Amino acid sequence: MRENTRLDGPTIGPAPVYTPPCPDQVLENVLENVLHFLTCRKDRNSASLVCKSWYRAEALTRSDLFIGNCYAVGPARATERFRRVKSVVMKGKPRFADFGLIPPNWGAFPTPWISAFAQAYPWLQKIHLKRMTVTDYDLQHISLSFPSLNDLTLVCCEAFGTSGLSFLASNCRQLRVLDLFEDEVNDDEVDWICSFPETENNLESLSFECIDFPINFNALEKLLARSPNLKRLRVNRFVTIDQLYRLMVRAPQLTHLGTGSFTPSEIWIPAHQDLDFGAAFAACKSLVCLSGFREIAPVFLPSIYPVCANLTSLNFSYANLNAEELSSVICHCHNLQTFWVLDTVGDEGLRAVASTCKDLQELRVFPIDAREDSEGFVSEVGLLAISEGCKKLRSILYFCQRMTNSAVIAMSKNCPELLVFRLCIMGRHRPDHITNEPMDEGFGAIVMNCKKLTRLAVSGLLTDKAFEYIGQYGKLVRTLSVAFAGDSDMALKYVLEGCPNLLKLEVRDSPFGDSVLRSSLPHLYNMRFLWMSACRLTLSACRQFAKEMPHLVVEVFTNGMEEVNDKDEFVDTLYMYRSLEGPRTDAPEYVKIL
Amino acid sequence: MENSNINLCYHEDTELRLGLPGTKNGSEKKRSFSEINEESTSGVEQCHDDHLISQPKVQAIGWPPIRSYRKNCLQVTKAHKESTRMYVKVSMDGAPYLRKIDLKLYKDYKELLKALEEMFKFKSGKSSNKEAFRNGSEYEPTYEDKDGDWMLVGDVPWDMFIASCKRLRLMKGCEAKRLACLA
Repeated sequence: MRENTRLDGPTIGPAPVYTPPCPDQVLENVLENVLHFLTCRKDRNSASLVCKSWYRAEALTRSDLFIGNCYAVGPARATERFRRVKSVVMKGKPRFADFGLIPPNWGAFPTPWISAFAQAYPWLQKIHLKRMTVTDYDLQHISLSFPSLNDLTLVCCEAFGTSGLSFLASNCRQLRVLDLFEDEVNDDEVDWICSFPETENNLESLSFECIDFPINFNALEKLLARSPNLKRLRVNRFVTIDQLYRLMVRAPQLTHLGTGSFTPSEIWIPAHQDLDFGAAFAACKSLVCLSGFREIAPVFLPSIYPVCANLTSLNFSYANLNAEELSSVICHCHNLQTFWVLDTVGDEGLRAVASTCKDLQELRVFPIDAREDSEGFVSEVGLLAISEGCKKLRSILYFCQRMTNSAVIAMSKNCPELLVFRLCIMGRHRPDHITNEPMDEGFGAIVMNCKKLTRLAVSGLLTDKAFEYIGQYGKLVRTLSVAFAGDSDMALKYVLEGCPNLLKLEVRDSPFGDSVLRSSLPHLYNMRFLWMSACRLTLSACRQFAKEMPHLVVEVFTNGMEEVNDKDEFVDTLYMYRSLEGPRTDAPEYVKIL
Repeated sequence: MENSNINLCYHEDTELRLGLPGTKNGSEKKRSFSEINEESTSGVEQCHDDHLISQPKVQAIGWPPIRSYRKNCLQVTKAHKESTRMYVKVSMDGAPYLRKIDLKLYKDYKELLKALEEMFKFKSGKSSNKEAFRNGSEYEPTYEDKDGDWMLVGDVPWDMFIASCKRLRLMKGCEAKRLACLA
């Protein structure tokens, strides 16, 4: 098939001899040119369904490939359909893997994908992998297969170390972005920073906050000197504040800064007083995003005052600050849109946020003590204050030990723009701590009043009523997380029957049984996956279900990696997802695919 | 349900029972909060993992849903914050017991002395009249530094002091005079 030359893409095939195109070809050419402008995935999927010609044209013009579940489709099928891909985003394990609910070696290996891409898309520019098991070999393979690679981002990945990073640093000559977010990186004792070439480079972003061991600081400082385009630098907690100073004075053009430990190397000595940290920050006039503060010495907080007014994103979620310390900073942050913080700041700290950050869109409040019976430092008081001050809020993640329906209801009314509402009352089955009622009405109000809501995580004492509300009003909900909730199977039925856009449903430790599977039948092909662990599903029901649904992969496994036994009353974990490929071949022994 | 539990506690004291004084009447199992609510909600099917209900203090895996990376980092953060406290023992000559103070709470010598004076109900040689001091009835704060030497409090900059102070001793006036002469 003769391909046309694109202005931006590569030419495939021999140099064409000109013959006038037939009318169909003209139409397809026009279509392809128009489809280039279509970037939204959903729109593209719709366009591809119109007719064969549109399907082909769309497939040829899709340059951003998104694979939400690496097992939903295979490398051969994907590369066969999409021929001109320049960027790939792929996700592997389901989210509950983050909390230790999936035993090791479960899967999500990118290896076959990298091999396929190396053949099909040698011009690949961008690779983003999330929750995948990426080895050093994979990173080496990537570094050698894609000479045009300019963006490699790994989020929540594991199984690689500094040797893998070293391959990337030395071989990827076009690299602009190397971002490691929340990965587990092994210390192979290879100096990967030194592996960057001695020449000037194109680095724009270098993020390694998740690396939990020291790096070669002197090499980093020298690397900065040869990275004139660097805009985003996020260092790990082994970089001290005096070292940070040295980096900042070299790179005042930074827009995003991860500040490392934010504490001095030794006990504070008078010599450090000579370093004008405030001036260093003041010199960074383009700074809009700050993170790090891993072992913050609060005495240094005033250094960041000069940049606060320009900040749109601030991550204090590793900084043990009290309300007063936070207030001193936040009162300057009028333009803040994203804010992550620890609950040590208390309701009072949140009040300070609410009174200044009128443009806040995303708030995450993490607990310093992540145990069920810990003392919570924030409550409904903080939530209410935020709802009253930050009316533009779109996304909230809030960990607490005490909550009331009225505060949640208030938020549902004060913050109509909410897209993401994730409330985690850490003590299991906790009711409204003032009225002692279940939290049904609160969550009900959220789905009722926040008409744009796409993601919801529920907690606290919940009856089936809460789920009835979700099914009735949560028409745009795509992701739902449920834990220790509900009374009967009706709860999940409400949701599965009522939420047409439900894509991801993750449930744990709730009393839902086999009839849920039957009622989910018509909906499951529209969902990316269903996860149910520590519920009341029997193996025989799962088996029956797997038989009836050919394009679903039904995985069952136990927590302790023991063999799944017919004699067990209930299945530990069910992970079910749609797939065009059938059962995967790389599953470990403890996973039973029905 | 919860109310009835509270009433039980109030009545226990006045309850008439058989048995020796000081013994509890058997197996009133201590029920935790989440148990109570399990029973108070009608129609709750018992959760599959029974043991999670009968001993709710057992931590469930992966709950609360915080990534283990963050959990581990915050352990470090918590420990660090604790280490940015600086508790040192404070002894007072003639007093039978010691006290402990957190040096990081004070930003200079003035605040520290004030706190010590309040805690031990004395007046330091610097602030009281010279005569009382000469009589040896007053106390002078001294400290043991990193090298094990006893120093007079107040000679070095505050930052250096808190970096090197290992313990404090409120020395009796006469003894302190000797130190002062040496300083």
